[in-house]
Amino acid sequence: MIHVLLFADLEEKIGKRTLTINETSITLSVLRSKLLAEYPNVTGLSSAVMAINEEYANETAVAKEGDQVAFIPPVSGG
Amino acid sequence: MRINYFEICQEPIKIEEVVAKVEDRNAGAITTFIGTVREMTKGKKTVFLKYDAYIPMAEKKLSQIGDEIKASFPEAKVAITHRVGSLNISDIAVVIAVSTPHREDAFTGSKYAIERIKEIVPIWKKEHWEDGEKWIGDQLEQTSYPNGKPEKEI
Repeated sequence: MIHVLLFADLEEKIGKRTLTINETSITLSVLRSKLLAEYPNVTGLSSAVMAINEEYANETAVAKEGDQVAFIPPVSGG
Repeated sequence: MRINYFEICQEPIKIEEVVAKVEDRNAGAITTFIGTVREMTKGKKTVFLKYDAYIPMAEKKLSQIGDEIKASFPEAKVAITHRVGSLNISDIAVVIAVSTPHREDAFTGSKYAIERIKEIVPIWKKEHWEDGEKWIGDQLEQTSYPNGKPEKEI
């Protein structure tokens, strides 16, 4: 299982803060495509950057069993 | 007790508590930056704001900003507290305190910290206007990262 976290407009559009993906290993680009296929109308999914276990990660990075992958829409703190 | 220098909180921020964390006998300056909720943005009136955060990563990234400042100014002490939840006009959203032996470095450190928060810290703001609401992509109200990723990350 890989845990996916969604925030801000992504959380609202998808209607959940967390999703579980039934994979033991997946690259972030494949994971993004998977979610885009499942939620084709959620445009923010393609522009969000991603993080694995609280660190920003490239599309080629691999999420493994038990990892937490976050989709991070453009930030606006401060 | 261990001091938590980089914090996301739900309650109103007490400025003096953030400042106290960076007090130092060798400090000649402490700058405090206070980010507050503005009512008017480009002619649009905000009624209130909601902030949300990926809290563990946000605290980690605030701490990273502290490390980046210390890389330039090794004697600097940095504390940052950002509030999440529902905030009204004039409420304090963020307090940054930086102490250094000399004032110029403290000013530079504070400015660096607030700019960096807007680049890499996973905190999101939702504006609630009289006629609608919207998650703000960034301070320019763009809806994606201009470069497709946070600056100087990845």
